Amino acid sequence: MQDNYFHSVKFDKEQCRGCVTCIKFCPTEAIRIRGGKARIIQSRCIDCGECIRRCPHHAKRADTDTLADVGKFNFNVALPAPALYSQFAPAVSREKIFAALHRLGFDAVYEVALAAECVTLEIESYMKRRAGLKTPMISSACPAIIRLIQVRFPSLIGHIIPILPPVEVAATEARREFTRATGLAAETIGVWFLTPCPAKATNIRQPVDVTATDLSGAIGISSFYGEMKKIIGAISESDIAKARASSYGIGWGYAGGEIRATGLVNSLIVHGVKEVADVLEQIEMNKMDDVDYVECLACPGGCIGGALLPENRFVAEKNLKLRVRRLRDREPAGRRQTILGGREIAQGNSAFRHKTIQPRPIMKLDDNIVIAMKKVGQIKQILAELPGIDCGACGSPTCASLAEDIVQGLAAETDCVFKLRQVVNALEEEMSKPPKNARGETGTEE
Amino acid sequence: MSEPFMDLSFELLAGDFERAGEASSKIKKTLQQIGVSADIVRRVAIGTYEGEMNVIIHSYGGTAKAHIYPEYTVIVLEDAGPGIADIELAVQEGYSTAPDYVRDLGFGAGMGLPNMKSCSDCFEIASKSGAGTKITMRFAHKKA
Repeated sequence: MQDNYFHSVKFDKEQCRGCVTCIKFCPTEAIRIRGGKARIIQSRCIDCGECIRRCPHHAKRADTDTLADVGKFNFNVALPAPALYSQFAPAVSREKIFAALHRLGFDAVYEVALAAECVTLEIESYMKRRAGLKTPMISSACPAIIRLIQVRFPSLIGHIIPILPPVEVAATEARREFTRATGLAAETIGVWFLTPCPAKATNIRQPVDVTATDLSGAIGISSFYGEMKKIIGAISESDIAKARASSYGIGWGYAGGEIRATGLVNSLIVHGVKEVADVLEQIEMNKMDDVDYVECLACPGGCIGGALLPENRFVAEKNLKLRVRRLRDREPAGRRQTILGGREIAQGNSAFRHKTIQPRPIMKLDDNIVIAMKKVGQIKQILAELPGIDCGACGSPTCASLAEDIVQGLAAETDCVFKLRQVVNALEEEMSKPPKNARGETGTEE
Repeated sequence: MSEPFMDLSFELLAGDFERAGEASSKIKKTLQQIGVSADIVRRVAIGTYEGEMNVIIHSYGGTAKAHIYPEYTVIVLEDAGPGIADIELAVQEGYSTAPDYVRDLGFGAGMGLPNMKSCSDCFEIASKSGAGTKITMRFAHKKA
């Protein structure tokens, strides 16, 4: 834990009841209950938001920027994730959504879905030069998955497609477009991602894929949704921004949308962080090398299942898919013509990742291999004595992780309730015996 | 060379597809815990998995063993027969004696032995028709 990690997933001590829900669902075993409260192990957290989604006491939240932060800039651009549209019925036009954003304090809108189209074309052309690619290539769209690969599957870093996620491309394009349009200095323009998940917010403060981000911040959609819902009924469409993205860009909001847009045939779609971990395991075993591309998304259903979206995941999926279908009915027949549709795209290397993704392995027990081997032996011994029911009552997610925590000096054997009971029983037995010396020496009882 | 530091041993039952992959995934976890680099762990896991599948598919049952030293790991797969009649042929890509039901499961494409050979630093196979087969793979923890 020598590095300092920034995380958006924050946790509220007051609300936490010390139940074991979050430790059970965390895909990187990054949470422990200590002293009756949850604690996040910073080096292991990938900001997937699974604990936020699962916590029955709402003790986990995402610390994102808010509308109040928008005030720091003279001119503010909203970058709505395609998933924002899923929070409204398809009858609510995007122009209406943009008008509501205007009312909330944004001066302009740049659709992330538009940048997704540029990224789509980059992926398509990258995948065309098949030779020498490490198959399957893995989508780079979901920052929680990139982090999952860093911590649990570092040997797969070379499989991640070296193209930036749509939000970063959108930020660069938006900053360029509005610097030109307003004549303002680039640094006086606020560029805000309206995010469905904490992972994207983390990537702004601690990016793994860009050396410097063009984003000013990320605002969780749930933080302004109520406000937006209140005003959107009464609002009339304004000309603050035209909806420019096609059905293909918008489709990136749900699982399968990226594959649909890129037209990659020999591909696989996987969503849900546990399922993605499973498939990464298989890729690591070379059992997927005859597949070209895998779209991996941490949230169930894709971004529409993000932890910072208030609407039910299936309602959101229905909303976005209907919107896509209605839009598609009015578009040209071909996929590529639709995506290119009268728009000049900065072909070049603008969408290419400019930073090497580094491994962040979490499994290693010690830097010294001999000590690490000894620790493996100790863990095995301790584990053999534990009940093996993985109840989580000790505060570690499984008996194996408790054994590891004990060896690493982070827990005690008596944290296990079964172990504790043994100790208490032994103590009780010891206490109930008459004191040996007294009887032996005096023999005066009774 | 240094003393063997750690031995892991796993029983492999013929036809037990339910538990196939357990030995390789436990060996993989141990190597990750002691800090062997990701690429080498991956090669060990792939080689062991192929070997495990071979024992389960073709043999009467056997064992998978990992002898882990600080500098390298040796994987030994040993089974009780029926042995390989023509080893030269068996290590050729695409050659397989797997029965149809196994191929239907997606295994038995004749890549097992060649894969094991290509992902290990040192590969040895000893077998006799009618007797058992013993495969030894060695993996250096640091790239040479």
